[in-house]
Amino acid sequence: MTRFLKHTLAAAAALLVSSAALADITIGASLSLTGPGSGLGIPMSNGLKMWPATIGGEKVRLVILDDATDPTKGVQNARRLVSEEKVDVIVGSGVTPVAIAMSDVAAESKTVQLALSPIGLPAGKDAWSFRMPQSNGVMANAMVAHMVKNGVKSIGFLGYTDAYGEQWLQALTPLLEKAGIKILATERFARADTSVTAQALKLTAANPDAMVVVASGSGAAMPQLGLVERGFKGKYYQTHAAASKDLMRVGGKAVEGTFVTSGPVVVAEQLPDGHLSKALGVKFNADYEKIHGPGTRNQFGAHGYDTYLMLDKVIPIALKKGKPGTPEFRAAIKEALETTPALAVTHGVLDYSPTDHWGYRADTGVVMKVVGGEWKLEPR
Amino acid sequence: MDLTIASILGLDGITSGAIYALVAIALVLVFAVTRIVFIPQGEFVAFGALTMALFQTGKVPGTVWLLMLMAVVATLMDLAQALRDRWGVARFAREALRNFVLPMAVALLAMWVAPMQPPLLVQALLTLALVTPMGPLVYRLAFRSLADSSSLVLLIVSVGVHFALTGLGLLFFGAEGFRNPPFWDERFTLGALAITGQTLIIFAASLALIVALFVFFDLTLSGKALRATSVNRTGARLMGISTDGAGYLSFTMASFIGTLSGLLIGPSTTIYYDSGFLIGLKGFVAAVFAGLTSFPLALAGAVGVGLLESFGSFWASSFKEVIVFTAILPVLLWRSFVDKHHEEH
Repeated sequence: MTRFLKHTLAAAAALLVSSAALADITIGASLSLTGPGSGLGIPMSNGLKMWPATIGGEKVRLVILDDATDPTKGVQNARRLVSEEKVDVIVGSGVTPVAIAMSDVAAESKTVQLALSPIGLPAGKDAWSFRMPQSNGVMANAMVAHMVKNGVKSIGFLGYTDAYGEQWLQALTPLLEKAGIKILATERFARADTSVTAQALKLTAANPDAMVVVASGSGAAMPQLGLVERGFKGKYYQTHAAASKDLMRVGGKAVEGTFVTSGPVVVAEQLPDGHLSKALGVKFNADYEKIHGPGTRNQFGAHGYDTYLMLDKVIPIALKKGKPGTPEFRAAIKEALETTPALAVTHGVLDYSPTDHWGYRADTGVVMKVVGGEWKLEPR
Repeated sequence: MDLTIASILGLDGITSGAIYALVAIALVLVFAVTRIVFIPQGEFVAFGALTMALFQTGKVPGTVWLLMLMAVVATLMDLAQALRDRWGVARFAREALRNFVLPMAVALLAMWVAPMQPPLLVQALLTLALVTPMGPLVYRLAFRSLADSSSLVLLIVSVGVHFALTGLGLLFFGAEGFRNPPFWDERFTLGALAITGQTLIIFAASLALIVALFVFFDLTLSGKALRATSVNRTGARLMGISTDGAGYLSFTMASFIGTLSGLLIGPSTTIYYDSGFLIGLKGFVAAVFAGLTSFPLALAGAVGVGLLESFGSFWASSFKEVIVFTAILPVLLWRSFVDKHHEEH
């Protein structure tokens, strides 16, 4: 709350002082600093705060607003960023429903939106929206490949009742079908649930080879503890939203041996030397942990930082076509995003095209194993 | 479904039900005495669990700062009122003892003890001592001067307090969830049922509290005074019962019960700064079942909510919440037929 206040005050102060500096590049972000999505939004804003003061030789003014994990607030923020702050690029939100709502404002005002969440939009609606995170499909790809390699023939699915759980199920189903893996049971739960005993009973009764738990942050441990409690001894898979140390902090010994999909940044040090993201990831992790303490690295902060890497590439190109603050400049950013060749960021290689605003290749995701409370990269 | 599954689900339902019962009882208690539908009750549950979790890590929990902040603001308000209404020194000293000296002493004690990583039981007691004083302070800060307003005004204030406390919770505890170690790690097997020591503690604590409340309200003088206040504020005041005192007492009891529920539920699920709301809402469904007046009915309602939740998530886990909260509709219908309509004054 105070952080939000600080940012608004800083933004207001910046606005008052710098009428002469209006030609600076202005980037506006709306993130979920409070509310249920704050576990994602706070590290993301940490990632944004690691940006240098200039991009492509121009001063950058960064405005961060809090959307309280509320789509209505997100749209208000987006409108405010566009009409009052006159931003050149909108960043955010980090939570899918909010980012989807904001995409309309981006399209309407012809401002590029760099969403920090994997938003699914109908064809044609995402003309101005680009995603920084990998799609669930890219991650599911890595998970299913790992299952095939390790002889998993059937799975049980325990996921959030919200869009995240649903999108994962939709991404997994065709891939599993192609690999000949059966989904024996599908159960749902919510983050705030006090117990998953009932769901665990049903899932263990189906007796699959592996359980896929779809949940985020520290909420990912509780369902797995419920399954362990009911005596399920097979393999456990978790998704990239669970790829933070909170899983081990809350889950303790029970999550040992769990396989977790993730962007490569979390285990950057363990990547093979030729990997394009290795050097970037190692640097990001070191910088982030220098500020926030050892073991604090996470994908979400890296998405915020990747946004800088991307803008650092496209803004110099766009500056040749127009001045910041003008519609020409904003259109040039979109064009530059779509036409520049593939760019390595901490999370993989991003290659947007006019028809593909997702960018990541299908082999971007990695699978990690929890060994002794640490992440260990699984061989591909 | 066979008997084994039904009994496992039943046990699970009753265990959650026992926690909801504690919340429901606190809601009934506060409403009966002050006519406040106390929505922030769930926040005490979350604060209790999270304070305990931070003691576990050897850090000074954020509740310490929150408590100090509340104590300072409350005392400034007291001071202003003392100057305006010309309180005697004795009266001001009494208020300051409750609103300032006690909370500050507890907060300082917690700051001193926390880095020493005391045993589990000491941490639990400290947690109770830290979070319980927040109840009366919330009453002092938000409700005391409005005590005679309509229950609609009180409800709106209570929603505001809920949002304020959730926001402060995020500030002081962070966005991530915590899970506490169990107080009693024993496991008993009873046929197919595995009963953990924690489950037994939950049952014992809930039962003990209900009995204690029954004794308090029916057999002690201050309990009877509370009941008198709930029947008629003006009448009670004419009989020399302090309605202010009744408010403080009921809020203290509510925050104590809330903190206790937090300690009990902490080891069985992950608690976030905002987890309290949903737990509180389920307790509220149970309290509505009791018409916000009867403790035994609230208990029955809470166990019903727990069972409905556990069987609901077995049959249709995607619709669990829908099932639980839809159940309030027939209950409201039934209550509106059974209860005579009370005139709002």
